[in-house]
Amino acid sequence: MEAVFAILVGLFFAAGIYLMLSRHIIRILLGVVLFGNAVNLLIFTNGRIIREVPPIIAEGLDVPAGAVANPLPQALILTAIVISFCFFCFLLVLAYRAYQEIGTDDTDSMRVAEPVDDGLPPMGY
Amino acid sequence: MAVQGEIVDKAAAMVAGPIAAADWLVIAPVVLPIIAGAVLLMIRHSIRWHAVLALAVLVAMVGANGLLLQRVLATGTVSMTMGSWLPPFGISFTADVLGAAFSLTASVVALVCCAYSLRDIDANGRRYGFYPFLLLMMAGVSGAFLTGDMFNLYVWFEVFLISSFGLLILGSDKAQIDGATKYAILNLVGTTLFLIATGYLYGTFGTLNMADLATQVRQIGEAAPLMTLATLYLLAFGMKAAAFPLNFWLPASYHTPPVITGALFGGLLTKVGIYALLRTLVMIFAAERLVLAGLIGWVAVATMLIGALGALAQSDIRRIAGFLVISGVGIMLAGIALGSDAGLSGAIFYALHSMLALSALYLLGGLMRQRGGSFSLHSLSGLYGASPLLAALAFIISLAVAGLPPGSGLWPKVMLVRASLDIGAWQIAAAILLSGFLATIALGRVFILAFWRVEASGDKTAAAGAMSVSGCCALAVLVLAMLAMGVLPEPFIRISTAAASGLLDASAYVHAVFPAGSGS
Repeated sequence: MEAVFAILVGLFFAAGIYLMLSRHIIRILLGVVLFGNAVNLLIFTNGRIIREVPPIIAEGLDVPAGAVANPLPQALILTAIVISFCFFCFLLVLAYRAYQEIGTDDTDSMRVAEPVDDGLPPMGY
Repeated sequence: MAVQGEIVDKAAAMVAGPIAAADWLVIAPVVLPIIAGAVLLMIRHSIRWHAVLALAVLVAMVGANGLLLQRVLATGTVSMTMGSWLPPFGISFTADVLGAAFSLTASVVALVCCAYSLRDIDANGRRYGFYPFLLLMMAGVSGAFLTGDMFNLYVWFEVFLISSFGLLILGSDKAQIDGATKYAILNLVGTTLFLIATGYLYGTFGTLNMADLATQVRQIGEAAPLMTLATLYLLAFGMKAAAFPLNFWLPASYHTPPVITGALFGGLLTKVGIYALLRTLVMIFAAERLVLAGLIGWVAVATMLIGALGALAQSDIRRIAGFLVISGVGIMLAGIALGSDAGLSGAIFYALHSMLALSALYLLGGLMRQRGGSFSLHSLSGLYGASPLLAALAFIISLAVAGLPPGSGLWPKVMLVRASLDIGAWQIAAAILLSGFLATIALGRVFILAFWRVEASGDKTAAAGAMSVSGCCALAVLVLAMLAMGVLPEPFIRISTAAASGLLDASAYVHAVFPAGSGS
């Protein structure tokens, strides 16, 4: 099961990075989402994937009897999902505003902050 | 888990006694701004209270950080674990000399910027939440400096990142939205890389507590993918710190918001990346840092020179300041590459200096704009005659940023150059000296054109006005602090040396978190 997930995580990473290499903001954002979910799945796989046994320590024992899924990575993912979701919402709005203001979603032509014809500073006076 | 297979005394996992009142000091610099930020959000319609409350809370933060640093210097590293769990099960907050000194300097910079903002941020900026964002960003920055847990560090990174997005787009003109898009996407990718590394870290060690990690990394053996972890952390934090070749988001965005935001970002945010590099590469992955030292050294050289050359080619003061931020990041990376006691103390001292100096440079740009009506060297002129006080402040700030006496940049550069010559890293020493020389030219040109030139050839569009008193006072405080660092460097060198030795020998840090010395 972990091996399948490892391959899936790899595919997610590949697709995410491929999309982030695009010049268009909307593709970059989709890439960011895939990238974030790849990390979540990665941490999820880290904590063993076992559905059958609940991670509860039996009476009189100090550690679980057999192999169980570690709940801590799942708690970490919950935090990461919340954070990446709110970041993605922010980025979507930001990208839409950028499209409204600048009139393009092509990063090559987004040169308002760094104009192409900036020129050199005065060389003397 | 660390305790697997042993007999565990479950009662011992709960701290028996109540936490001493003095221990609460460790989280005071984080709790204060979070609560105040939430209160400001609740009273968001009464904007006249915002600045007053933010100023009061930042004064309290400086006080708490000062007491914390004093306590850490007197009694050693202080640690506190949340929820009465024993470490490594609970989330620890651990303040050593490094974290406390960075946190104190950051809060001083924030206080000064807040004083400057009194006139700079108009009712619109206040209504859209400049002060809540400022306080929440400070909570994230202080939390990052004081936490003793890797995942918690990631959470603080996200806290200050989302607040910085808010600050960056406040006012939302075209250039800001353009800069913010690049800043937001690249920084989000950077923190996601940080999360990847932290996921692998937990998978490898089964713990996220930094003290526990520092102990276990020496026992885990060859099979663990430590080199992968160290490289991922270098990539993630290098992106956050704007190290070459991951620096392009910084000059694209830092000049777009109001100068006050640029001053906060340029002063504080890149240093959080440097701090995290010090914590992970020097304290935890010491052996892996040694392997990466050559790479970090060349990255440092390239960052210094790219930053200084970029500053030479700009005509906007804020963009010059942005490139000088990058150049300073290279100098701090050089200390991490050297990794010796002297090199690290130099880097830590430089980080303290750079928080003050780069913020001062942005604020200076703001005052020049108020007096001369522009940020551009093409149209600024005659400021020396118009305001001798501003010229004096600008002169000292230029000396400090370029690393000339009596400014604060001199001593850390002396320490770093000597440390690099000691181990024969001539390229690092040469790059530090050359980048200082180029920065001197860049800032000297600002001084010649904006202050000494009598009349600008370009047309003057914006009207010149008077400088704000609060802005002048704020800048003067920063300049006095920089002069104190430059003229009386001994206490700062002592603090930096103590911080560096605390990183190189983590036993005091580990002992503060695990008083029994068991370390799991």
